[in-house]
Amino acid sequence: MGNLISMEGNQAAAEAMRQINPDAMAAYPITPQTEVVQTFAQFVADGRVDTEFVTVESEHSAMSACVAAAASGTRVMTATSANGMALMWEILYIAASTRLPIVMALVNRALSANINIHCDHSDSMGARDTGWIQLFCENGQEAYDSLIQAVRIAEHPQVRLPVMVCYDGFIISHAVECLELLNDKEVQKFIGEFKPVNSLLDISHPYTFGPLDLYDFYFEHKRQQIEAYGPAKRVVVEIGKQFATLSGREYGLFEAYRLQDAQLAIVLMGSAAGTAKEAVDRLRANGLPIGVLKLRAFRPFPSEELTQLLSRFEAVAVLDRAVSFGAAAGPLFTEISSALFASNRRPLLVNYIYGLGGRDIDIEDIQEVGEKLKKTAESGKVEQPFDYIGVRK
Amino acid sequence: MSKMIEVRWHGRGGQGAKTAAYLLAESAMQEGKYIQAFPEYGPERMGAPIMAFTRISDSPIRIHCHVKSPQVVAVLDPTLLETVNILDGVPENGTVVVNTDESPNSLRRTLNISGRRLFTVPATQIALEIIGRPIPNTPMMGAMIKATGLLDIEAVIANTRKSFEKKFNAQVVEKNIQAIRRAYEEVKSE
Repeated sequence: MGNLISMEGNQAAAEAMRQINPDAMAAYPITPQTEVVQTFAQFVADGRVDTEFVTVESEHSAMSACVAAAASGTRVMTATSANGMALMWEILYIAASTRLPIVMALVNRALSANINIHCDHSDSMGARDTGWIQLFCENGQEAYDSLIQAVRIAEHPQVRLPVMVCYDGFIISHAVECLELLNDKEVQKFIGEFKPVNSLLDISHPYTFGPLDLYDFYFEHKRQQIEAYGPAKRVVVEIGKQFATLSGREYGLFEAYRLQDAQLAIVLMGSAAGTAKEAVDRLRANGLPIGVLKLRAFRPFPSEELTQLLSRFEAVAVLDRAVSFGAAAGPLFTEISSALFASNRRPLLVNYIYGLGGRDIDIEDIQEVGEKLKKTAESGKVEQPFDYIGVRK
Repeated sequence: MSKMIEVRWHGRGGQGAKTAAYLLAESAMQEGKYIQAFPEYGPERMGAPIMAFTRISDSPIRIHCHVKSPQVVAVLDPTLLETVNILDGVPENGTVVVNTDESPNSLRRTLNISGRRLFTVPATQIALEIIGRPIPNTPMMGAMIKATGLLDIEAVIANTRKSFEKKFNAQVVEKNIQAIRRAYEEVKSE
């Protein structure tokens, strides 16, 4: 292990951005993302980065400026949360559909109403169909590491899609933890120079961006966009491996924790994954054959990989930190169950909604999920497919 | 997981509870420990009751849930004793350090506290006399280190100096160090 330093998640994200030194950044402050933009603006003011920092009057303008800057052939970053992300919604689609490799830190926060500044994943889930790659992080270290990797993933010639690096508001953004930083040169060498494929400023090769595209070609363009997610999956894994040779920390589409000899599994994303690992260790000490599947890439969603891994299990609990109102289950559960349906053999599946608006989920809560999962596996049938953790009636 | 210590800081907005929670964590990290520190965020404002937390462990800390059963509690403002249940979740063998002029014996009677190791220190008075401002966080840290033996006081002082030098002038830094030392000496046990 190298030199550990203590840092808040937001500081770590800002530090990654400083080391990446993007050509442009346009952002609007919102709790709990504020420190990312504030710290980065200080780097700009102090001349520690070469970035053109565009101050804007809203997130809609922030993402519009990012789109313009990226289309001009520059490396672009931004950051937001919750309602800010919601205000970007229209332009999120344009960024992805124009295949612009923008990297965003999304500090997960609940959407209004009522006003809540704390964590859940409803902002990410609202943007899940926009065409952005979405990587979820367990802690500040993963947020820092993933932002650096995101530049490579987004700009990869076979991907060329924007990436949002999601980490839990307050729980990660405002918690000091130990983490290891790379030095500036290592980061610069890893990300390399940005070579835009098409650029508005390449006047010897004039391009049109975002033109009218009706029923003669729009569908083909969408098909190309859909198919870009195939290489994206491979590239997320490839860049994760390359990052491991640099840092010693390997990343992929997901992390399998004590799953090898397990018959029960808990699937979840974000900061609660660490708490789940602790719960699993305790359950294992009592003889329960259980493990954790921490999903990192929600988009591209690793359907085949998860099916291969989970189909042999007896029972699986999927924990969602967001809801899809009117749907039968949470968005993560829907994806997992849909992926597993293609398999001849599949586990019993249960869904839990937890942690909305920052509601705490502790080790005992997840231990209880494990105990109930054991009963489900023993009885061979699902009594209650949809339930909540830690909410009053 | 190996042994982990959890600390809860009670204060009012502006008294430096968050800074104390962070300083303790950083000092522990300098001593080779793994740490976590975070405030409880609500509608924070000057004077409102707030909490902050520090986790210290020999192995990496993976959990991200609230601190519910802290082994150590530090109360930065005596007026909180009437409004906040500072003993919430604190085990019988836990340690409680309170900023007050009262003696631990008298405080135990007033608040009807059973069990727990109780310590008191007039941290606001120390802060006023030495630093010249009623910010009790640094003396409270000195008192808490003496009461718990969590870390070496010299390591805490060295780290506080390093951290404060980035934000304050030399005089302010030295006064805070003096306040830490005095509270470390003056904290009263039963």
